[in-house]
Amino acid sequence: MLDATHHFDHLPAAPGVGYKPQHFSDITSDSGSVEWLEIHAENYMGDGGRPLAQLRHLAERFAISVHGVGLSIGGEGQLDPDHLARLKHLVDWLNPASFSEHLAWSTHDSAFLNDLLPLPYTDETLTRVADHVDQLQNAIGRTMLLENPSSYLSFDESTLSEPEFLDEVARRTGCGLLLDVNNVFVSATNLGFSPQEYIDAYPIDRVGEIHLGGHDEDHDDHGAPLLIDSHGREIVDPVWALLDYTLAKSGPKPALIEWDNDVPEWSVLETEAARAELALSRVLA
Amino acid sequence: MKVSQTQFRTALLDPDHPIPDGLSDGAEGDARFNVYRNNVTVSLTEAMHSAFPVITKLLGTQNMDGLAGIFLRQHPPSSPLMMHYGGAFPEFLAGMEQLAHLGYLPDIARLELAIRRSYHASDSEPINPEDLAGLAPEALMASVIGLAPSVEVLRSDWPIYDIWRFNSIADAPKPQPIAQDVVITRAEFDPEPMLLPPGGAVWIRALLDGHTIAQSYEAALGHYAEFDLGATLAILLQGGAVISLTEKDIA
Amino acid sequence: MSITMKTFAVAGVVAATMAAHTTPASAQSKEKCYGVSMAGQNDCAAGPGTTCAGTASVDYQGNAWKLVDAGTCTTMELPAMADGKARMGSLEAIDRDLPA
Repeated sequence: MLDATHHFDHLPAAPGVGYKPQHFSDITSDSGSVEWLEIHAENYMGDGGRPLAQLRHLAERFAISVHGVGLSIGGEGQLDPDHLARLKHLVDWLNPASFSEHLAWSTHDSAFLNDLLPLPYTDETLTRVADHVDQLQNAIGRTMLLENPSSYLSFDESTLSEPEFLDEVARRTGCGLLLDVNNVFVSATNLGFSPQEYIDAYPIDRVGEIHLGGHDEDHDDHGAPLLIDSHGREIVDPVWALLDYTLAKSGPKPALIEWDNDVPEWSVLETEAARAELALSRVLA
Repeated sequence: MKVSQTQFRTALLDPDHPIPDGLSDGAEGDARFNVYRNNVTVSLTEAMHSAFPVITKLLGTQNMDGLAGIFLRQHPPSSPLMMHYGGAFPEFLAGMEQLAHLGYLPDIARLELAIRRSYHASDSEPINPEDLAGLAPEALMASVIGLAPSVEVLRSDWPIYDIWRFNSIADAPKPQPIAQDVVITRAEFDPEPMLLPPGGAVWIRALLDGHTIAQSYEAALGHYAEFDLGATLAILLQGGAVISLTEKDIA
Repeated sequence: MSITMKTFAVAGVVAATMAAHTTPASAQSKEKCYGVSMAGQNDCAAGPGTTCAGTASVDYQGNAWKLVDAGTCTTMELPAMADGKARMGSLEAIDRDLPA
């Protein structure tokens, strides 16, 4: 258990950054405009050592968001009880300001595929996802935020749009939502819909956190643009514009810079965070 | 047309498998589905590179890519704790005919797995040896040494310590053709493989099994008559690996 | 050497070794050690982490692999051990069983 006097009970409506161990010294000496950090739950499920020591240290100074990437909430099978127990253990001792997971699946027949895989949006999958969210929230004893994925294809069997699906899951379970603005932009480009219309249809009142990240630009077999959610470069201008569009509706929200591949120097992340701070300040003004 | 996750998964891991019917990607062709194939394959291949940096150096990036491509399909992770991925890799390497002439590879992979286990093991406080100064010789010999959870012992027919050093530390000498045993200690947060003197691994394993200092010493002597107890104990103390010393009640 | 003599001799070695290491390793500054590994900037020992990002690299083929000449294994020169038998170490008989 951490020292309760340092507890942060919510994420501030300010810039946060996805934490990478190589930035520990930079962050603890001067974090700039970064007010909170997000960690991947699964990287802090060891028994001890440097990862947990660093996390304990950071949690005394920053609000921490725990972001799960491995529960497979969208999976056809049951949630892994061992993994639920590990999540509960982490949330119990860290008492983070927020917990979030993905609308995706990654485990099937006990194989973990290390990617966030897509699911169709139907009544059947809605029931399943809502059950899984309930089960998780009961296990960790708090509400979670559910994040929209980046999509590269869609399912013919889908009968609901993604915003409709997320809205209904949130309504049934009481969970909040994590709106990844870059994912909206990537999916919109790949599947040919308007990102602004997506935001218009999205249950914006449920948003507890926003994600921003860089993507790669490729083309499919027919020369059509194909964006890859690579988190390996700067956030592009159209995504910043979509953030402005979103914030105008939602008001200021905790906004995270995600950079997971080819992780740069801390100063590069801090520059992105400063830009997010500027976007947030425009909404306040 | 419904697409089950079994169908999806099968097509993900087998590039020759047709893409399931019922997916729309705004165009014909496989490029969209291949994004998921890439994500899975490349992320797991990269995981194998970071899991086994010494094997990667020994075989080169290209060979490691090829091996990972086979391994990840035969042994996808069984849990989302990627920090422990690759437990089946030593046996996998041992079974690769093309690598039969590099008999040390499985033991090097075991060493790399052990380093990771040590890195993520529970924290512990080493004893202060001063506290034990007053113990009588008989009591000392009948005592049990408790070792840190981060301690790992490996025995090999190969020069695993030399090979690990040669591929991890700049200007380390080339490996000599000798058998080597290694203990890994983690004084703070960084696991450190140390070369054990002959018999040292037997002594430490006996301690780990709960035997007294004297019993473990006899076991080590049985293995190697010139066993250097002082040198082995010094390695453990230096690595902060001794976390308790308990007098055992002799029934 | 009698059992008692041996006990005293060995206990002496243990005591002397302990006395020589009276400063436990944990006396180092914790603050310093929270940071990045001393061994390297990337902290290799941590092993692989999770991802929630995709990749732009293209490489999903791969059930066929042929060993190419690469890596340090080609320069290490352990020919005497190539068959896994010719060892010069003192642990020629690896006996993993402990006396009961």
